Amino acid sequence: MIETQEFKVIGTRPIRPDGIDKVTGRAQYGADIKLQGLLYGRVLRSPHAHARIRSVDVSAAEKLPGVKAVITGRDFPAASNETVHAGEGVVNFSYLSENLMAQTRALYHGHVVAAVAAVDVHIAEEALKLIKVDYEVLTPVLDVIEAMRDDSPVVLQEVRTDELGEKGTKPTNIASHGRHDLGDVDKAFANAAVIVEREFVTGTVHQGYIEPQNGTAISSMDGSITAWTSTQSAWDERREISEVLKVPLAMVRVIPMEIGGGFGGKLNAYLEPLAAALSRKAGHQPVKLTMSRDEVLKATGPTSASVMRVKMGADKSGRIIAAYAWMAYEAGAFPGSPIGAGAAVIFGPYRFENARIDYYDVIVNKPKAQAYRAPGGTNAAYAAEVVVNDLAEKLGIDPLEMRLKNGARQGDRRADGPTYGPIAYLETIEAIKVSAHYNSPKPAPSRLGNKVGRGVASGYWGNWDGRSSASAVINSDGRVSYLEGSTDIGGLRASLAMQLAETIGLKYEDIRPMMGDTQTVGFNDATGGSRSTYGSGMAAHRLGLKIIAEMQKHAAALWDVQPEQVNVKGDVYSCGEKAITFKELAGQLDETGGPISVSVSLDTKGALPTFATQVVDVEVDVETGKLQILRYTAAQDVGRAIHPSYVEGQIQGGVVQGLGWAMHEEYVYDKDGHLLNGSLLDYRMPTALDMPMIDTILVEVPNPNHPFGVKGVGEVPIVPPAGALANAIYDAIGVRMNVLPMNPRNVLKAIGTI
Amino acid sequence: MQAFSYVSAKSVSEASAILAQEGDNAKVLSGGTDIIVQLREGRRSAHVVVDVKAIPELNELSYDAAAGLTIGAAVPMHRIYGDAKLAALYPGLMDSATLIGGTAIQGRATLGGNVCTASPAGDALPTLIALNARCVVASANGTREIAIENFFAGPGRTVLQKGDLLVAFKLPAPQPNSGAAYLRFIPRNEMDIAVVSAGVSVQLSADKSTFIAARIALGAVAPTPLFVPEAGAALIGQPVGAVAVNAAAEIAKAAARPISDMRGSAEQRKHLSAVMTKRTLEIAIERARA
Repeated sequence: MIETQEFKVIGTRPIRPDGIDKVTGRAQYGADIKLQGLLYGRVLRSPHAHARIRSVDVSAAEKLPGVKAVITGRDFPAASNETVHAGEGVVNFSYLSENLMAQTRALYHGHVVAAVAAVDVHIAEEALKLIKVDYEVLTPVLDVIEAMRDDSPVVLQEVRTDELGEKGTKPTNIASHGRHDLGDVDKAFANAAVIVEREFVTGTVHQGYIEPQNGTAISSMDGSITAWTSTQSAWDERREISEVLKVPLAMVRVIPMEIGGGFGGKLNAYLEPLAAALSRKAGHQPVKLTMSRDEVLKATGPTSASVMRVKMGADKSGRIIAAYAWMAYEAGAFPGSPIGAGAAVIFGPYRFENARIDYYDVIVNKPKAQAYRAPGGTNAAYAAEVVVNDLAEKLGIDPLEMRLKNGARQGDRRADGPTYGPIAYLETIEAIKVSAHYNSPKPAPSRLGNKVGRGVASGYWGNWDGRSSASAVINSDGRVSYLEGSTDIGGLRASLAMQLAETIGLKYEDIRPMMGDTQTVGFNDATGGSRSTYGSGMAAHRLGLKIIAEMQKHAAALWDVQPEQVNVKGDVYSCGEKAITFKELAGQLDETGGPISVSVSLDTKGALPTFATQVVDVEVDVETGKLQILRYTAAQDVGRAIHPSYVEGQIQGGVVQGLGWAMHEEYVYDKDGHLLNGSLLDYRMPTALDMPMIDTILVEVPNPNHPFGVKGVGEVPIVPPAGALANAIYDAIGVRMNVLPMNPRNVLKAIGTI
Repeated sequence: MQAFSYVSAKSVSEASAILAQEGDNAKVLSGGTDIIVQLREGRRSAHVVVDVKAIPELNELSYDAAAGLTIGAAVPMHRIYGDAKLAALYPGLMDSATLIGGTAIQGRATLGGNVCTASPAGDALPTLIALNARCVVASANGTREIAIENFFAGPGRTVLQKGDLLVAFKLPAPQPNSGAAYLRFIPRNEMDIAVVSAGVSVQLSADKSTFIAARIALGAVAPTPLFVPEAGAALIGQPVGAVAVNAAAEIAKAAARPISDMRGSAEQRKHLSAVMTKRTLEIAIERARA
């Protein structure tokens, strides 16, 4: 049914409604908020990665003229120990609260120990210097393998390993050990003709959003809290503020501002509850907190460093008959790395009858890991994709043929449990196989002695559907004011307005979309998990159907017939010879029963996983170890591209982030756990000068569960790049990289030069 | 950011007097692209910031075939590379001037600032050493000249004393059949600090077959930019070619005494010292032959 749909709006590339404000500097981002009587806050952070906090003396800071409030752990009530699903992971409110403000222990370099609000930011900074903290410095735990040893210092004394469902008895850094089992993996390995086993180590990486975290709040005298912030999830923020500060949910309003990127890093609160607590103590004046880049890197959630061992065995025909993965992810200072998702991704694109995955969530003295675009996926796929290529080489099989032969299809059971519905992985391999890129010779090196290689890799991501609400008002000029509640990060307002316009037969320009807040529109889950165009798109469609039903009633009133007698085609409402357009009818609402507003709230289902296959050409400067990406093509099953430019943008952005992770990005800590590279100068993300144009191939296999065939597109493009690049490096110089980042130093080490 | 006083000095003597009186509590503002960031981040502190951009001598940019090139310490990069005549005469200097910061930064950033910041990785430093620059320093006692390779005392430290003001650099006029170049190794293609850098100058014989002079300096491999006179000396009298170049590169590598930090390991820097010396020499030779 979907394949034969003809669209007027979907598939076009209109200008986004927030575009003009953004390019002219008028858009209001989180840090732009100005309020009457606004105070400015600053946060004192632990200089130690691991310490006992004996005392915090704020008396001198409180006496500094201009200081209006100082808060410490004493100002935070004990939060519930409940763990709930939020954003793209789970949140334990007790740990969330302790992460926002330390109590008796500092658990990573940059952990908040106090905060100040003052009449200006300079006074707030001076006040921080007057706060005396007595620390007993402890040995930090900084490495996932060290942390797992029996003799390691323990970060959180109360933690007991959840060992395959059984609670352990001893204090430990291993929060959990899970296992997925499929078939008989040992027997299958015994029958394999070729076996490859490799170990991989990957670093801690940051999402790299441009806008630092911010939070402004008023705690009113009536006990209510209003917060303005850049967030991927206003409703999750509201819940967190409510739980941490013990304020009833409905007394908290979170107003999402424009957001300068998130990629999973803005699903959770960092500053908003502190701003609210400061406001409450500062005589209910509003308080604004913003982070410097250094604070962002030190103290917000990165994604996990990891160690992985992957073993695969194939028969002579190239069929992979057994696969094993051992995976340990750093959770940071509190349990909850994206290890579960990593265990789903690692063998996601493949069909095996025998597989086992052992996966560990490990606590270390680093900031609590948070979601990052396909959380846990890039490093997991890197490990698996290198092993698949190695197997293919040993068997003399082309790497794309290897993937076609072993690629998952509908009805296959994934190693971690679920059975695939209608998926479209093989189509992405075929798309690369016939691409101009894959069928062109490799480019020549730019310098004598340099080597050029080509590599491919694939990736899987699960995608989410979730809850979405929206409302709309029909204006007398025939235009529709549309309020939606999902954070717009990558063109969502346009993509949703297009789906609404398509549903009700109007032009895109006739829809005026706006992002609501927790008080003005119904509940929405986070913009995360690649869900918003899917779930909120479904809400837009349902909203459109409701609008049509209301308009039918008004047309019926106009013609004195029953609503069921009114036919609708596009924007024309008719009954027999009588016909009226949507716009004309909108002008007659008052004569036909009064104004129209509609709203919907959905718990959407039916999101489908998506797959990507990518090819890269890289030039290796063998003398220096430096890599230059020469050409990149990314094919992806996108379901239906509502706004193709934004889909392409998601793919290009995901690939570039994946390449940054693959080539340069990692947190560098000293032996005491101090983050050394807390700036974008030394935390090296790629610049425009480091990247070629990323070519995209949109493979459109519509999702039958969605009215317009939408599948999530934002996350899977970051999954293959590291594997593809490692495979290209091998093609160039015959060295298999087993470490991320594959920076010049690590390439030279792998070559054996240093 | 802590409060400080600001003075826009109008003469060398005025600036020097404030520096003499305030000592370490005074900081010089030239382009400001380093000092403002350092003050904001609390890496340096100041009671008074002395802006030297309005002092005429620090804005001089003049060339004379006999006296050579004078570059005031407060001359911004864009004036240096924006001068077509200088660009033709000093391509090595242009390598540095066009590398330091982006276009907006180059409107402000100065050679004097780059030198006084005294980062071992400063992009102008090996070049100025290769080009045999001399620093003109003024104080209440008068003016003196310091060879650039003797100007640095450690990371972030120079030999300037209380009351000293860096006024200008003097570079000799280029010799016939000479060429210079600067290269830095960075993992990205821009927005990065040199892991290792090399600045070199060579002078070839009239028939361009033999080295008759050479100066080689490295960045980011020692507490200060590292002049390696023996590497240049090894080229003198040698035929121009890979054998001599590789030998000089190995001498430079041997002289390098790098540390490991977040930007690179000691082994990597040692290795790159030879690679960057070789590659920079190749460009300088090409320029000398052009």
